[in-house]
Amino acid sequence: MEVIFSLTLGIVASAGVYLVLQARTFSIVLGLTLLSYATNLFLFSVGRLEGDAAVYGTSENLADPLPQALVLTAIVISFAMTSFVVVLALRSVGESGSDHVDGLPDEKKRAK
Amino acid sequence: MTHWVIAPILLPMFLGCLLLLPLSLRAKRVLLMLGVVALIPLSVALLQSTLSDEIRVYALGGWAPPFGISLVLDRLSALMLTLVSVLASFAALYAVRGDDEIGLNFHALFAFQLMGLNGAFLTGDLFNLFVFFEILLIASYALLLHGVGVLRVRAGTHYVLLNLVGSTIFLLGLGVLYGTAGTLNMADLSMKVASATPDQQPLLAAGAMLLLVLFGLKAAMLPMYFWLPKAYVSATAPVATLFAIMTKLGLYGILRVFTLIFGSTAGALADMAVPLLWPVALFTIALGVVGAVAAPTLKTLIAYLVVVSAGTLHAAAAIGTVEAIAAGLYYLVHSTLAAGAFFLLADLIARERGEKRTRLITGPPLRHPGLFGAMFFVAAASIAGLPPLSGFLGKVSVLFSAAPGWQRGLLWSVLLIGGVGILTALSRAGSTLIWRTKDKQPTSVPMDNIRFAAAVGLLLCSPLLVVFAQPIFSFLHDTSTQLLDVERYHHLMHALGGAQ
Repeated sequence: MEVIFSLTLGIVASAGVYLVLQARTFSIVLGLTLLSYATNLFLFSVGRLEGDAAVYGTSENLADPLPQALVLTAIVISFAMTSFVVVLALRSVGESGSDHVDGLPDEKKRAK
Repeated sequence: MTHWVIAPILLPMFLGCLLLLPLSLRAKRVLLMLGVVALIPLSVALLQSTLSDEIRVYALGGWAPPFGISLVLDRLSALMLTLVSVLASFAALYAVRGDDEIGLNFHALFAFQLMGLNGAFLTGDLFNLFVFFEILLIASYALLLHGVGVLRVRAGTHYVLLNLVGSTIFLLGLGVLYGTAGTLNMADLSMKVASATPDQQPLLAAGAMLLLVLFGLKAAMLPMYFWLPKAYVSATAPVATLFAIMTKLGLYGILRVFTLIFGSTAGALADMAVPLLWPVALFTIALGVVGAVAAPTLKTLIAYLVVVSAGTLHAAAAIGTVEAIAAGLYYLVHSTLAAGAFFLLADLIARERGEKRTRLITGPPLRHPGLFGAMFFVAAASIAGLPPLSGFLGKVSVLFSAAPGWQRGLLWSVLLIGGVGILTALSRAGSTLIWRTKDKQPTSVPMDNIRFAAAVGLLLCSPLLVVFAQPIFSFLHDTSTQLLDVERYHHLMHALGGAQ
């Protein structure tokens, strides 16, 4: 379980980092989304991967419920931020005519 | 009196919600000014209550720390609250003369930004710090992009994307710390770190380093300050003024986390950030000066001066003695107010130069060359650290707080040689903007008296800081003594029944 979980996290996070390092806003938005997925999963795993639902009196081996609350907050925030950055990326395309992060015109268009 | 601690968060929050209503522009302006100015007496009253060396803990919902979220009001947070309220009042006064009209919801965003700032300075919980960071960031994104323009969108995109990556790093750091120590309350975490087992220490160090990266990004630390000049230059003047506090927020984070949690009591992890902060601080100052000398516009120049001041503050934090932190806090207050005033002055000058704005090239003559020349001289002298203004006092006390030996040698040479560079850059900028003019008629746009008053008011804070230097320094000395007395925060946790 731990191995699969950590491998998944590693793959998602590295894909996210790769995409964030691109120069196009679309891939960066995708990369940020993947990174925030990886972060949320990581936060979730902080409360231990084993253990039962944290309902008092039902089990001896309870999972820590606090990270789940943290993840919930983080999900809400990253959702809001992602929607903001999508709108911003669209506006950037509208104003500069390109989805390059520096607002550079497309090379193909420049060649014409 | 207990509940007043949360008032600096609630007041801007309700103000912001109120300002979202479809009111007339005039009503919004009046409401914003009333609300922001009301923060000054509020934060001064809170500041006064900390003079008796009392640390006030406000447990939200009555849940005792570390289980509930707590707000902590000590001298440092009260100082930062006061600084925010003063800076924001002048920025708001400047903004309501027209800069708030160019986009939607400026007033509400301004209030929410203040809510985030005040919350970040008050909270005693790391996760809560993250939440308030996000509140102030999303407000700052919108404020930065307020209005139109390709440049603003481009700089805004960089700022937003970088900060989103920063938030991810922040969360990862928090996850590591919580997973290892089992708490995110700062005082409780400090105790857990003090008693950490050797196999926990590497994980805690990793979490701390992630937080350092995040705070460094906010505080314009060396490899991560490249967003700052672009963002500040493209923002409108009142927003740039308000942003002058944002780099200080990162420094506040560093001070809190690396004195309280990873400070003197942290055992093997004690003062772990210091060896990193030293080179980073010196290189930040050096590169900031290079940027200032090469700046093509006055606004860029000021933005790089903000970077230089951030470097100086990192140096003070790296020295880490009571004297150094007191000196650093004085410099922090001075540089925030001076940079804010300079941004407003630059905008006033830009308005009289027509299309040339603040570009450092020959332009039309100013309508008020004498007046602006004098103001520019005061602002430049203050920010460059010339006597008799507050920059001089701040810089000298930071310089003298360095321990004799390599510390003093390095810091003195970098800061003093850097000072020459800053003086050169500022005198070139001033003479170009005010004297080197083509003999055309000055522009016929009349100067707005209220904008002018806002700039002068903020500029006057610098001499005031010098006049009241003695009481301010004794307060700051107490502040840093309190900050470095980690045991007090531990005792406070024990007294509240939090230590498990």
